[in-house]
Amino acid sequence: MNKRSRLHLPRPPARPGEKPDFSYVQLSPAGAVARPDVNARVRDLSSLATDMVRVLNDAHEAVGPWHPHLDPEELQVGLRHMLLTRLFDDRMQRTQRAGKISFYMRSLGEEAVSVAACMALKPGDMLFPSYRNQGLHIARGMALVDLMCQLLSNTRDMCKGRQLPVMYHSKAGNLFSISGNLATQFPQAVGWAMAAALKGEDHVAASWIGEGSSAEADFHHALLFAAVYQAPVILNVVNNQWAISTFQGYAGGEQRSFAARGPGYGIAGIRVDGNDFLAVYAVTQWAAQRSRTGAGPTLIELVTYRAAAHSTSDDPARYRAKDDQMHWPLGDPIDRLKQHLIKLGEWSEERHRGLTAELDALVGASWQEAVSFGTMSEGPKLDPDLMFEDVFKEMPRHLVRQRAQLRAERERARKEPR
Amino acid sequence: MANMNMIQALNSAMDIMLGRDPSVVLMGEDIGYFGGVFRTTEGLQRKYGEHRVLDTPIAEGGIVATAIGMAVNGLRPVAEIQFADYIYPGFDQIVSELARLRYRSAGEFFAPVTIRTPCGGGIRGGQTHSQSPEGIFTHVSGLKVLMPSNPYDAKGLLITAIEDDDPVIFFEPKRLYNGPFVGDPAKPAVPWSTHAKGQVPEGHYTVPLGLADVVRSGSQLTILTYGTMVFVALAAAASLGVDAEVIDLRSLIPLDVDTIVSSVKRTGRCVVAHEATRFSGFGAEILSIVQEECFWQLEAPIQRVAGWDTPYPHAFEWEYFPGQARVATAIEAVMESA
Repeated sequence: MNKRSRLHLPRPPARPGEKPDFSYVQLSPAGAVARPDVNARVRDLSSLATDMVRVLNDAHEAVGPWHPHLDPEELQVGLRHMLLTRLFDDRMQRTQRAGKISFYMRSLGEEAVSVAACMALKPGDMLFPSYRNQGLHIARGMALVDLMCQLLSNTRDMCKGRQLPVMYHSKAGNLFSISGNLATQFPQAVGWAMAAALKGEDHVAASWIGEGSSAEADFHHALLFAAVYQAPVILNVVNNQWAISTFQGYAGGEQRSFAARGPGYGIAGIRVDGNDFLAVYAVTQWAAQRSRTGAGPTLIELVTYRAAAHSTSDDPARYRAKDDQMHWPLGDPIDRLKQHLIKLGEWSEERHRGLTAELDALVGASWQEAVSFGTMSEGPKLDPDLMFEDVFKEMPRHLVRQRAQLRAERERARKEPR
Repeated sequence: MANMNMIQALNSAMDIMLGRDPSVVLMGEDIGYFGGVFRTTEGLQRKYGEHRVLDTPIAEGGIVATAIGMAVNGLRPVAEIQFADYIYPGFDQIVSELARLRYRSAGEFFAPVTIRTPCGGGIRGGQTHSQSPEGIFTHVSGLKVLMPSNPYDAKGLLITAIEDDDPVIFFEPKRLYNGPFVGDPAKPAVPWSTHAKGQVPEGHYTVPLGLADVVRSGSQLTILTYGTMVFVALAAAASLGVDAEVIDLRSLIPLDVDTIVSSVKRTGRCVVAHEATRFSGFGAEILSIVQEECFWQLEAPIQRVAGWDTPYPHAFEWEYFPGQARVATAIEAVMESA
């Protein structure tokens, strides 16, 4: 077999040592895309799936029909949630490097994707996050201490030590348990939405996956079932361009947008500037209204950039151009909202510094509180007996027996250390 | 001979097979340009080109299915599933298609696909990066299932698997990638360069399927094990001062029943140990065979050591892991009536 063949192999525009090139990202000018009625038929929406909804222009003004006209106070809340998400991420990254937690995943550059969407939804709407949606948990008001205790697998960990860091959940917050397996939650969100419709409830479900995970069959199950039953669900593909080392071309993004898969299934598809807080808010609100009025599901492609490594186990310098995020044409979501608020006269550099200091202090104080419930190396520890609980509602005999075996094993280790 | 860790040995096996056989192609998530998340395919795309070492979409079902199609069309794909915990989207293609293609087409079609996948715990991977699902696959007729425990076997068995005309599920205990591990995370890591099985021929060689490796000869009892548990079992037996015969099964299907049976008949006592969960695990099959074949020679009930029947918990990794204490308890139980 030849070293070359007529098999097409997608290539990213820049590898290490090469100049970053984002000319492949098709942009629409801010304000240029029409906003159709929420009840419009899918066949009349096809250009939404290939254009890009943008609200904030280069002069930091909000323009066009998708402008959501939020109060400055709401924008400031959005800025606060995004900034808190980033400061939390920064601190947890350093904490992992210091060996206090085993693993972490930042959402650097993708904060608007989660925060703006969450704010556009109602508290009764059910969210099915993936592992880079910490902004959802923060915007839903979960305490940082609770998130940190999960990261530490400590005595106040909501998962009782069973899950890897970042796999949060909140039953009260309508935030579904994060699996760690890819795309599995996408069709589950559709099922939740089908139940809401069957029960005559007004709620919608929303789920998020990366463009890389959209390759999994579960993505297609989600679209198919959502289309067949016109389920009240918002399916978000976060196109951050990279799935660990694999460029979005390997998920099928070279020939057509991810949003364009929606119309193929008979679902509204919208492509949006994922780093534009106002645009993400507006399309999510549009999709939610559409679902609530019975006009069906929406597939949203959020075009953004994974500015950080995939996880603390990853080193992107091995496979992509250095500092490429500095060249990303859609900028930084926090900076863009901040500049917009300054333009409105509702924010200043000084207030931003003040907010940063306040949130930094909150993160620091939360960490101090979290570690008081134990860390991997110090303080109180979870009882290993917990390992056997929740496998089933009631513990079957074989697990009761294994629990006793472990107790004996631990007792023996205590008496005769090796 | 060269010093190799298990990753280098696996890399060498694939390097040799890509060089020898133009029909061999590698495929998987992050395996090409990046060289794999465990670096197992490092440098191979650079050496053999993007058309022999293919990055794939994140779709395990798609990877297995296209590997079958490629194999049917004359290629010999070696597909990597990044973690064994992620193999399930490919399960239908493996069980209903890959395993049965030869049978249902009366031998006219077959798919020589090798599926490599890292398994086992010990790396703080939680429930999604720690599983040992070999027993799920040994229960399927038509699959060969291997799990080496050292660099020498890893290379020889992988070459055998790639050359084999039947589908092979090749499990790589990831805790053993960098050195033999005795089950105590507090002890300093020991590299493969200190171990005889880290001495690996640089060229082509094979380790036959269906042949167990007696890693320690002994007279008092037989420990039947494989994968991560091999060195744990050796260490546990040594700490108790018992003269154990430790057998690394390494080829689960086909299984070396003769070596198992002749050993247990001689020692009269048997412990079966694996990291995977206990209930319906591969150990239950081994136990049945020993009971059927060696009943009249057994001096004590056979003991089984395994992971608990729970998902692999992040915070309780070492309470979950069947370490030396659990093995020692089992050894003492079979030795009690001595």
